[in-house]
Amino acid sequence: MIDTPEKRSIISGIGLSRTGRKTGISSLELTLESSRQAIADAGLTPADIDGIATMGETPLQDVIAALELEPGYRGGGFDTGGLLSPVISAFFAAGAGKARHILVYRTVQMMGGSVLPPRNADSSAAEAPPRRDNAMTDMRYLLPYHGYAAPNWLGMHCQRHMHLYGTKKEQLGWLAVNSRRNAGLNPGAVYRDPFTLDDYMNARMISTPFGLLDCDVPIDGSVAVVVSTADYAKDCPRAPIYVESIGGSNGDGGWFRRADYPKMASVDAAAELWGRTDLKPKNIDFAQLYDGFTFLTFAWLEALGICGEGEAGPFVDRATRIALEGEMPLNTYGGQLSAGRMHGYWILHEACLQLRREAGPRQIRKAANVAVVAAGGGPIAGCMLLRV
Amino acid sequence: MAREVTPTAPRVAPAVTPANFHYWTGGASGELRILRNKRTNAWISPFEDDSVEGAEPVTLSGKATVYTFTVNYQKYHPDVQPPYVVALVELVEAPGIRLPTNIVNCATDAIEIGMPVRVVFEPCGEYFLPLFEPDM
Repeated sequence: MIDTPEKRSIISGIGLSRTGRKTGISSLELTLESSRQAIADAGLTPADIDGIATMGETPLQDVIAALELEPGYRGGGFDTGGLLSPVISAFFAAGAGKARHILVYRTVQMMGGSVLPPRNADSSAAEAPPRRDNAMTDMRYLLPYHGYAAPNWLGMHCQRHMHLYGTKKEQLGWLAVNSRRNAGLNPGAVYRDPFTLDDYMNARMISTPFGLLDCDVPIDGSVAVVVSTADYAKDCPRAPIYVESIGGSNGDGGWFRRADYPKMASVDAAAELWGRTDLKPKNIDFAQLYDGFTFLTFAWLEALGICGEGEAGPFVDRATRIALEGEMPLNTYGGQLSAGRMHGYWILHEACLQLRREAGPRQIRKAANVAVVAAGGGPIAGCMLLRV
Repeated sequence: MAREVTPTAPRVAPAVTPANFHYWTGGASGELRILRNKRTNAWISPFEDDSVEGAEPVTLSGKATVYTFTVNYQKYHPDVQPPYVVALVELVEAPGIRLPTNIVNCATDAIEIGMPVRVVFEPCGEYFLPLFEPDM
């Protein structure tokens, strides 16, 4: 067995706040909601929490004060794990014995969405090498050409993929249709009414080939997890979630300079993930893959080896393999496309729920013992293999 | 010498580095310039932060092909009217170096990957943005 620090950590508790569009609920209140849930779910009290990490606008010190925490470990911010960096750094910190129970939260509000580092982050906690300055900032060369936003940058990846492999817009659509179907079984999802492939095809265009239903839905909400040292597994009141391996990328090649374009940082992250485990893609029972845009899920399916290079379109087509009852259930809570944009954290919450077989009406019927969670697009990528 | 086109909308000024100074200024004389390493003859991307020591600007034909593109329909800027085309092109003489650009003077539904295009320049402050139009 390959020994890595993340294998000495577990996810012992999970929490999800109320979610919705323009809820008017403060980010601190949402954060306390998810955090209290996660701490209780782990069988702990705030006094047991000795580490904390996040990414985004809700400052650590506000949560520390409100929950009266005394964390020795403070981590988070953006790193090679992309959006999942705070979780991955918590795995490493717990695995190295720097803390016993680390609260990790991610709170988003629909007008926000920054990945600014939290104030008070412990810079010594960052163990990965610094990112190259130009890795992500090459977007500054797209701005003079009115390429202002991610649908422009990633639409070009998708168009190239269509050209190389014959990927069809309808195939992107089946992912969106499948996610909406799953969202119908999730009371927390923001959009739950089913739509057809025709509805998808007729949605207003944003930036070709992406229409409105290729884009995720901004919401307010908060997800929290408790990352504990693996020896807590025996005392954990819920089924402990074991961390099998993690992967990330330093983002080289940015938004348009990779030699293997339209591949993205997801291929680097997937390669690292598989290099840290004896498991193989065939061992994955289900997948929770980032879908800020439909095509990003396609990119992850290929990067992770769930399907072959260029084969994501046929794999997703007709939404049979990826359905709840299919061979590779995908984004079972409705995805960011329909449940709402939690910047890669709802996929983590859902993976844990499914592994614990606590997903209620949307519980995967077949074996669901190994999950892959992957977040990001373009030069941003982080992923993890979780199991029970 | 390539044509100059009149700006139709405000633009974000380009970020200028040692690797792309010639790229943004060559348009003053209607020339598309890319740096090349004098010793190895390797082209240097205007958008990498690599060292430019031992490099010299080379004037290219301005001919390129469309590598990929997107037609943007969303209004992101109050003074920039959609639809417009954001693209990556590859230069005929320096394949592998991708240039972000706009495809202009072309119907949005006529653009295809692999289509031949040629450079035109749009003044932007003291610089000149290389744009590309169909090369029929």
